Amino acid sequence: MNSLILSLLIFLPVIGSIIMLVVAKIKLEGREDFYKIIALFTTGLQLLLAGYLYLNFDPSLTVDNSPFTVQIPWIDYFNIEYFVGIDGLSMPMVLLTALLSFICIIISWNIDKKPLGYFSLFLLLDAGMMGVFLSFDFFLFYIFWEVMLLPMYFLIGIWGGPKRHYAAIKFFLYTLFGSVFMLLGMIALYFYSGAETFNLLTLIQVAPTIDAQLWGYNMQWLIWISLFIGFAIKIPIVPFHTWLPLAHVEAPTAISVILAGVLLKMGAYGLLRISYPLLPGEVIAFAYPLAILGVINIIWGAMNAIAQIDLKKMVAYSSVSHMGYVCLGMAAIVSNDPVGREFGMNGAVMQMFNHGTITAMLFILVGVIYEKAHHRWIVFPSDYEDKDLAGKPGFGGLGSQMPIYTGIVAFTFFAGLGLPGLSGFISEAFCFLGGFSVFKLITVIGTLGILLNAIYFLRAYQRVFLGKLNEKCKEYSDINNLELIAVVPLAIIVLFLGVNPQPLIDIISPAIETIISYITPLN
Amino acid sequence: MKKILLISLISLATVWSQNSSAISTLEDSSKNSSDAIECMEWFVNSNTIECWENGEACNIYKCPEYDLKQHEELLFDDSNDNLVSLLSFIPELIIIIGLLSIILLEIIPNARKWIFHTVTGSIVLAFLYMVLNPSENGTLFMNLIAIDPFSTFFKIIFLVSTLVVVLISDSSIEIKDDIKAEYYFLILVVLLGLFLMSSSINLLMIYLAVELVSIPSYILAGISKNNKSSNEASLKYVIFGSFASGLMLFGLSWLYGLTGSTNIYMVHHALASSGNELMLFMSLLFIMVGFGYKISMAPFHYWTPDVYEGAATPVTAFFSVAPKAAGISILIRFFYTVFTNDSGFSSSSELLDVNWTFIIAVLSALTMTIGNILALYQQNVKRMLAYSSISHVGFMLIGFCVLSYEALASMMFYIFIYLFMNLGAFAVAVFVKNKTGGDNVDDWNGIASKVPLISAFMVIALVSLSGLPPTSGFIAKFYVLAELFRMESYRWLAVVAIINSVISLYYYFRIVKAMYFLESDNKNTDKIEVDIFDKWIVVGLCAQPIIFYIYWSPLLDFIRSSLSIWSS
Repeated sequence: MNSLILSLLIFLPVIGSIIMLVVAKIKLEGREDFYKIIALFTTGLQLLLAGYLYLNFDPSLTVDNSPFTVQIPWIDYFNIEYFVGIDGLSMPMVLLTALLSFICIIISWNIDKKPLGYFSLFLLLDAGMMGVFLSFDFFLFYIFWEVMLLPMYFLIGIWGGPKRHYAAIKFFLYTLFGSVFMLLGMIALYFYSGAETFNLLTLIQVAPTIDAQLWGYNMQWLIWISLFIGFAIKIPIVPFHTWLPLAHVEAPTAISVILAGVLLKMGAYGLLRISYPLLPGEVIAFAYPLAILGVINIIWGAMNAIAQIDLKKMVAYSSVSHMGYVCLGMAAIVSNDPVGREFGMNGAVMQMFNHGTITAMLFILVGVIYEKAHHRWIVFPSDYEDKDLAGKPGFGGLGSQMPIYTGIVAFTFFAGLGLPGLSGFISEAFCFLGGFSVFKLITVIGTLGILLNAIYFLRAYQRVFLGKLNEKCKEYSDINNLELIAVVPLAIIVLFLGVNPQPLIDIISPAIETIISYITPLN
Repeated sequence: MKKILLISLISLATVWSQNSSAISTLEDSSKNSSDAIECMEWFVNSNTIECWENGEACNIYKCPEYDLKQHEELLFDDSNDNLVSLLSFIPELIIIIGLLSIILLEIIPNARKWIFHTVTGSIVLAFLYMVLNPSENGTLFMNLIAIDPFSTFFKIIFLVSTLVVVLISDSSIEIKDDIKAEYYFLILVVLLGLFLMSSSINLLMIYLAVELVSIPSYILAGISKNNKSSNEASLKYVIFGSFASGLMLFGLSWLYGLTGSTNIYMVHHALASSGNELMLFMSLLFIMVGFGYKISMAPFHYWTPDVYEGAATPVTAFFSVAPKAAGISILIRFFYTVFTNDSGFSSSSELLDVNWTFIIAVLSALTMTIGNILALYQQNVKRMLAYSSISHVGFMLIGFCVLSYEALASMMFYIFIYLFMNLGAFAVAVFVKNKTGGDNVDDWNGIASKVPLISAFMVIALVSLSGLPPTSGFIAKFYVLAELFRMESYRWLAVVAIINSVISLYYYFRIVKAMYFLESDNKNTDKIEVDIFDKWIVVGLCAQPIIFYIYWSPLLDFIRSSLSIWSS
């Protein structure tokens, strides 16, 4: 059972989507709900499996001697293996993926346009995400990484908003551009390391010894850059971020949740899983630029969010800002202070998890109001098609009309801006603590981000929920039970980890210490 | 059509006469040619190494002193006479019988309906015979053609692609019923030419085989005789084609003049010992033009888009795969045999340090980039696929400029994968053309809701063409790029290649966008009836990218074993 569980986590959604196709062939008349039920059942089972995994997971075991690891040769010629395993770095991501997938099926319950396509593609996407977090063979990792693109393209392009076609192809091209560079880096690692393998555990041993030149550059540096382009586009780090607001805004709510909640984490996860242990020398050399990029992300994302009048776009830019904390925390690995290193790295991974839950709530809540109002404008833009509305506030005074919804939004916004007592605060504080131990000035600038975050969240809250009730909002009913089921578990997690982050740290820190042990001796 | 044939024949005759005079001029000028022939005859008739004692006769075109490789011993086995050769020539004979019986069936009243069955029957029979009775390696017809696993690999590609094209032609609206007989006849003639092309080891045979492919192709391109663009395609094809093959013949005649032999192994040995670099370089360039034209390598690709657009879609499908594979096969056989030291074994080098791999590398980058960038602007799906096929040739050539056995295997792997994914895309294009009557991307709008299954498989084919996992197109690209790194040469090509594959995604996904995202102009949303036969062709072809993605080791082993003739 233990050796099967990881493969089940990856391939259960594939089986689910095959069952859907079979069901579609049988043609159950008028029973389109059946697809939803299959999808719910599949992701629910996946969530249970992930829970079982969590309960039986021993963070102190390495991948080598973990009972869950499966290693089977796949293609002999290139020494490619089907090698899946789990450690403290992937465990939170697997939990996050399983949880968000399940919640996304719930909030997609109202999808009635081509449900077969939607849910089967969603399950394929789910399989790809799980695969990325569980692969310990670089080739396998790359394949799962790319497998996600195609379902995502269709999910944005068919079920998205007005500019969905453009958003879909832009997302696709950007990510592909990054991942082909990753492919080159991968091939270079394979040949230059001398090991001729994609096994990450072997590469950790041999890759740091690569000593070659190409076109006058150090080979390790070239590999680092090519991998970094791939991961940075996914995170996204600021010059590469322009696909994100578009894709997040145009995607349907559930897909925005997956994009912000899981896909962005993959970039950071890839850096920690692959670039960090394999190229420790370059990590040290690149830490300063990474910290600067992280702070630019924080400030740039937050300032853009302030300027947005579209609620969803604001949330999208807040993601850019929050991923900046992750970069800053990761860069702190070069700190001379061992406490600073651990704060930074633990903070980065915690921020990945916490941002996943918080941003999922934000997108779901924006989706709720969009369902009722069919628009998301905080203020209608001055060139709005309906001239009477241009420049007028889109909402106002929802607090009295939708009290439960308003309460949950307040909770989520405060989690987003990092209120102490909620999970976002802990991880952001850790990232800053880590960052401050090395990059004093940069981190001080970065802390401005907290202020900027507060500005846009509070301003949006004030304009949408406080004040006099907008005439058009009189018909709105409060949040319904389905949406509550989706949001409340996330809120509980956010609150719990805000008060007691120790369970999360317990999982993460052994893995983090391993990564630190690869890099610190060189520093 | 007669006119076209006439034009092609006239132009061919002109080229031929010019070049035969070139041969004779060179022959005269090279006063030692008779010695060389003597040397060759000696070489052919004996397998010993005591050439030097033969004295004067060989002093200019030195006979090779080193050990003859095992395959060469086979190749120069003089026990083959023409009649014995026929026994190893049975697949070709089956095709010849097939095409002769088409003529008969055309004459006999009411027998026309059997033509299709005859054609498919003879192709399947030839395939089965070849797979079940692999002939022993050797040469046929006094060392004109070679039978070896390398040619068998390509023959399988030709047979599969021809079979698919015949199957999709049957229901095509572009091939009218009254010309079906001629059409199938020509296809089979081309197939015969392709067979010879992949196995010729003699300069004249190479030329003959190339022409046996080209001339029927000119007519095939113009098979829709009432269609103006089809006629234009045919004429352009003739003009470009005869010019290119003229240049190629010129190059071949130089080689003959330099070495006095038409056997490519003899040519290699003679060049290796007495080569004049400049002469060698010039003849190499001319020959490269001829082969480059066949595989539509830039800058000899100009005919491709026009011909592909003008020709009927099944014909285009055929052109985009089979003659290209043949061009690749002859390029590999000829260049690796003649223009490398040590006949192209792993870690080989260019003959006389003539740096032709660099030329190929630059042309490969050029071919990829031109193909992809021009494809971006196309509205016509056939034209888009034409440019995409150009860019794929550029990708395959990456494997060619790395002189290694593994790189060749990667190239052949690529072409095998390309065969299925490209034919799959074309099979869907024929299907859509039959149903909507249009060739433009707009005509594909909203197809997905009308024919969900075929559209889904088209997506697989396109994903594979753009080289994304989880499809075999990715594996093929990965393999080619990996070999670049393994040999540590021309690594800049890898960067060009990956950027190109990102560009290619954009235009392939324009088709996907049209199929899935856009709505058809006419509000007719009824499902289109799909013939079960069409459905299975598309499914069969497009399922391949998934199958070979999951497990490709056996295919790779087969390819590597087929290269064994070159591995010492």
